[in-house]
Amino acid sequence: MTQPASAYFMEERHDPNETHTLSVLVANEPGVLARVIGLFSGRGYNIESLTVSETESQKHVSRITIVTTGTPMVITQIKHQLDRMIPVYQVVDMTLTGRSIERELAMVKVKGSGDQRIEAMRLAEVFRARVVDATNESFVFEITGATSKIDQFVNLMRPIGLVEVSRTGVAAISRGPEGM
Amino acid sequence: MSDSKSHDANQMTGAAMIVRALVDHGVKHIFGYPGGAVLPIYDEIFQQGDVEHILVRHEQGAGHAAEGYARSTGKPGVVLVTSGPGATNMVTPLADALMDSIPLVCITGQVPTHLIGNDAFQECDTVGITRPCTKHNWLVRDIKDLPKVLHEAFYVATSGRPGPVVVDVPKDVQFATGTYTPPRKSDVHVSYKPQTKGDPNQIRKAVALMANAKRPVIYTGGGVINAGGNASQTLRALVEATGFPITSTLMGLGAYPASGKNWLGMLGMHGTYEANMAMHDCDVMLCIGARFDDRITGRTDAFSPGSKKIHIDIDPSSINKNIRVDVPIIGDAGSVMEDLLKAFKAEGKKPKIDPWWFEIGRWRARNSLAYKKSDDVILPQFAIQRLFEATRGHDTYITTEVGQHQMWAAQFFGFEEPHRWMTSGGLGTMGYGLPAALGVQVAHRDSLVIDIAGDASVQMTMQEMSCAVQHELPIKIFILNNQYMGMVRQWQQLLHGNRLSHSYTEAMPDFVKLAEAYGGVGMQVFKPGDLDGALHEMIKVKKPVLFDCRVAALENCFPMIPSGKAHNEMLLPAEANDDATAKAFAGGKALV
Repeated sequence: MTQPASAYFMEERHDPNETHTLSVLVANEPGVLARVIGLFSGRGYNIESLTVSETESQKHVSRITIVTTGTPMVITQIKHQLDRMIPVYQVVDMTLTGRSIERELAMVKVKGSGDQRIEAMRLAEVFRARVVDATNESFVFEITGATSKIDQFVNLMRPIGLVEVSRTGVAAISRGPEGM
Repeated sequence: MSDSKSHDANQMTGAAMIVRALVDHGVKHIFGYPGGAVLPIYDEIFQQGDVEHILVRHEQGAGHAAEGYARSTGKPGVVLVTSGPGATNMVTPLADALMDSIPLVCITGQVPTHLIGNDAFQECDTVGITRPCTKHNWLVRDIKDLPKVLHEAFYVATSGRPGPVVVDVPKDVQFATGTYTPPRKSDVHVSYKPQTKGDPNQIRKAVALMANAKRPVIYTGGGVINAGGNASQTLRALVEATGFPITSTLMGLGAYPASGKNWLGMLGMHGTYEANMAMHDCDVMLCIGARFDDRITGRTDAFSPGSKKIHIDIDPSSINKNIRVDVPIIGDAGSVMEDLLKAFKAEGKKPKIDPWWFEIGRWRARNSLAYKKSDDVILPQFAIQRLFEATRGHDTYITTEVGQHQMWAAQFFGFEEPHRWMTSGGLGTMGYGLPAALGVQVAHRDSLVIDIAGDASVQMTMQEMSCAVQHELPIKIFILNNQYMGMVRQWQQLLHGNRLSHSYTEAMPDFVKLAEAYGGVGMQVFKPGDLDGALHEMIKVKKPVLFDCRVAALENCFPMIPSGKAHNEMLLPAEANDDATAKAFAGGKALV
């Protein structure tokens, strides 16, 4: 057995990485996003996707949705580290609750002519993507759905003439009548 | 009528609000250095007598002095510095205080709000720079927010797991007039609610483990000291009630007395053999206010493999960070220990652990702190022992710098009470001890305050001797002078083929003349026979003293767990010959 390069990482060797979606309610004050991002970069955690917007303007509360990967021990650390920040009200692991809805919006620009345009439109219909801009040689589609659905749509558009993609990152909410 | 009158009395400038808030929070002393962006606050300080200002020679000194003040009193240390370089010079003490959970309130001046972002003179992004090295920080752009932020700053710094905070106040906000509101409960950030009371179910589980333990050990840290109040007394009662052996981290020394019969000495990289072996072989570990850091655990996958672990900590993020524990209890160490003690007594079952104590006795007999005495040269361990003897009967506070001398102080100076030991544990800041001693002496004017220093560390903040002289703070700087950065050299010897790259100080100042140049007293000792007399003289002097204690140059600090090794793989002084050392350290170069 070879020695690991540092004692710090010995615990993590055998644990597989997991992907978790965290919803974080924060006081909407200057620098709060920098604090959250700084925590991830400073402690070497991953951010797969991050969305943030004020959700209750009366109470100055913003909701940050973070998709992150790590071993179960690291995911727990991330939650605790977020939770102890002063402006953080609450951290919920949407993946652990198992009852959350996760959606992402993407705008996908595709260039082409003739059959390519017909194929693009047909696929868009299958994926329930809407055309939000069109020229004689291009479309911009708007598509909403789970990350995997958008990945799939983008991959299908690639051979047809994918130009560029803009994605919002994941927003998540729990099912049922209860709030966070 | 009276309403409008009090309303008028509360109309004041931002600068006046700052001083008023300090008074309202019981602050008697602040440490600082003036500059352009804090002149309005200094003007207010000049016109009042409630808060005494200690003028340092470098902002880092102010920060460490405030840390020493905080650690020795349990009250927050307060610092006032200017914008730009004033703030950046504070970064080291802030990071130090964050690592060691020391309550600091640092007020920084900032360029006027309309100049922020303009690369103005002495402008820097203070909240940006200090964000990762504070518990929280604020930039106050509006005078209306200032009173609330100031009160919140004190609350955040001192509650929960204590830590440093920064309040950055632009100069125009200091000049602006607003309404001051005294501290109220509602000033607290609604999202900040530290949990202090332990979960009774978890405490029951802990008691069940403790009552059935055969080889228990209590491992405490700085959290017990930070818990303040009676936490140390509760710990002593808990040790008494359970009969368990107890060890502590560097940060926790003094919570349980070194003369106590259950004391195993410090654990960790330079801890005693008995402490580390007890940690390795125990079946129940009760960790109170410590965080399983790498200097304690060594190899994490070989750390105390057979034990059930109970972990009491006020910070949930400390739980399961490095070591998985079986019974986590979130809460204030003092409060949880009280509940634990009650529940343990109610259980009425004190485990019989005589065989375990017999085993510990065998480890103790290895005498892991032994060293070869000499009549010709002063051994650093001997110097600490003599210093300890010389200070008996005095009301003594010890600070240290960072390195070999720090470890020897931890090993050989016996601490009987909490708040008597101020050292940079987490960050390991060379240059901490001298300014920290200033802060301690400010808080305890008539006590004996000694900085156990190394010749390299002490030169990092030597300028604060001038502050000691100005404010008549008779701190004693006891330098174990081996002309090396001893710990750096020790690692080079052990891990880098004895290539002593830049760890020898070829030009050393004459510390006696240096002390005299500052207006203090300089002393120098070469021979073991002269040490006791000189120490008594040092203690008698009512002025700052630089004591140049010339010690054996090549002595190394043992026992030692090589980084990345397990507790039962420690190297004892008697065994530290070349072969054993080479073997023990093989392959460990990459570790810190």
